Amino acid sequence: MVGAGVVGAACAYYAARAGLTVAVVDRGPVAGGTTGAGEGNLLVSDKEPGPELDLALLSTRLWRELAEDLGAAVEYEAKGGVVVASTAAGQEALRAFAAAQRAVGVVAEEVPGERLRELEPHLAPGLAGGFHYPQDAQVQPALAAAHLLRAARRGGAELITGETVTAVDRGPDGAVCGVRTDRRRLAAPAVVNAGGTWGGELAALAGVHLPVMPRRGFVLVTEPLPRVVRHKVYAADYVANVASGSAGLETSAVVEGTPGGPVLIGASRERVGYDRTLSQEVLRRLAGQAADLFPVLADVTVLRAYRGFRPYLPDHLPAIGADPRVPGLYHACGHEGAGIGLAPATGLLISEQLTGKQPEQDLTPFRADRFPAA
Amino acid sequence: MRRRRTPAGLVEAEPGPAHHIEFDGRPVPALPGQSIAAALWADGVLAWRTTRVGGTPRGAFCGIGSCFDCLATVDGRPNQRTCLLPAEPGTTVTTQEGHGRADLAV
Repeated sequence: MVGAGVVGAACAYYAARAGLTVAVVDRGPVAGGTTGAGEGNLLVSDKEPGPELDLALLSTRLWRELAEDLGAAVEYEAKGGVVVASTAAGQEALRAFAAAQRAVGVVAEEVPGERLRELEPHLAPGLAGGFHYPQDAQVQPALAAAHLLRAARRGGAELITGETVTAVDRGPDGAVCGVRTDRRRLAAPAVVNAGGTWGGELAALAGVHLPVMPRRGFVLVTEPLPRVVRHKVYAADYVANVASGSAGLETSAVVEGTPGGPVLIGASRERVGYDRTLSQEVLRRLAGQAADLFPVLADVTVLRAYRGFRPYLPDHLPAIGADPRVPGLYHACGHEGAGIGLAPATGLLISEQLTGKQPEQDLTPFRADRFPAA
Repeated sequence: MRRRRTPAGLVEAEPGPAHHIEFDGRPVPALPGQSIAAALWADGVLAWRTTRVGGTPRGAFCGIGSCFDCLATVDGRPNQRTCLLPAEPGTTVTTQEGHGRADLAV
């Protein structure tokens, strides 16, 4: 497994559980990339029916199982999501979206505007309505990656951090036979690319094209508060922003409390490469939109902000499974902003493929060779 | 013989006349330009907050605005860094319990 983010950790967890000999290698620390910059959302609410929602529903079930083992340690909270609309037209759009989701097993309950504050007492008055998604949940993502890896190591997996993979070795038949790092050679009949936003670079080392691009996002962290926001709460336009392919800046309020106390405020999306510059414009918009949704936050101090780079593939679907172009190469990357949520399903399906089983979800939509070479 | 060295003495400062701030309902002397944390320390007060989880006492730690340990409720506003805020005449400081925002809990 190349990558010690939450996806690499989940792949290692399920592969070790299936009895495989596993090594995880990362050039940085555990959860040092996008995983450590995430909010830890496990969402079905923002996904339209299709292969990604199927993956999210499978993951929802797997996270629930994992939470029985790791629950408190990874701050798993089955808190549910609430999507709100400010206008009647917005609520109508949510209604149509939810109806389609319900048909494939998502639980979505309509909440009229006047009852929203029973769910979230600090919500702004005058909202048209919303939908409650009890299946949405949350974990602390860095803890989730660390504890999945700890469990994998108990199952015999080896963890190698601070070593960069410099080459993917292929035999005379073209099949993968291991990787080289700046310190050693690791022989393996299967290599899983869990490189996240940097998954395209690992794919290139194996000689294949995979156009993973960074999509930057900022998160604001408030001073510690008592529980003022019960669910993950976001505005209806968030779904449109997620689905957009625009390179320009898009922001929509996504607000949630944490067991630690601070409220986290997202979400922004922009394609600006790996530019880490703090953007005042983004922070201002996020803070303003959050205070529109929860007026109580207008008087709360933001202690800090952090940013991360979502691994974006042009059709918003991850690359999961065996690469038909290179025997022995598997991909588990490109989950954009949904990697924490989709990690267990990804890990389980990869381990099923690695052990020669029929994966319980069709991986065709996630094939890495679906993008034309540049 | 005991030598008394004070921060003001060490830098040969000649501050203006002292005034008072209020800490938990009682007056505490303060000098112009002094931070709230410095005024409290000078008066022998070392703790003005309790932690969220264990309820243990906290006061100034880094003293330069980085560590967020010296938080208190100042003029009714919780989570203020007392090492950065000036102790001005009329400033009211209240010991803060935990996050100081219990009124917002739902």
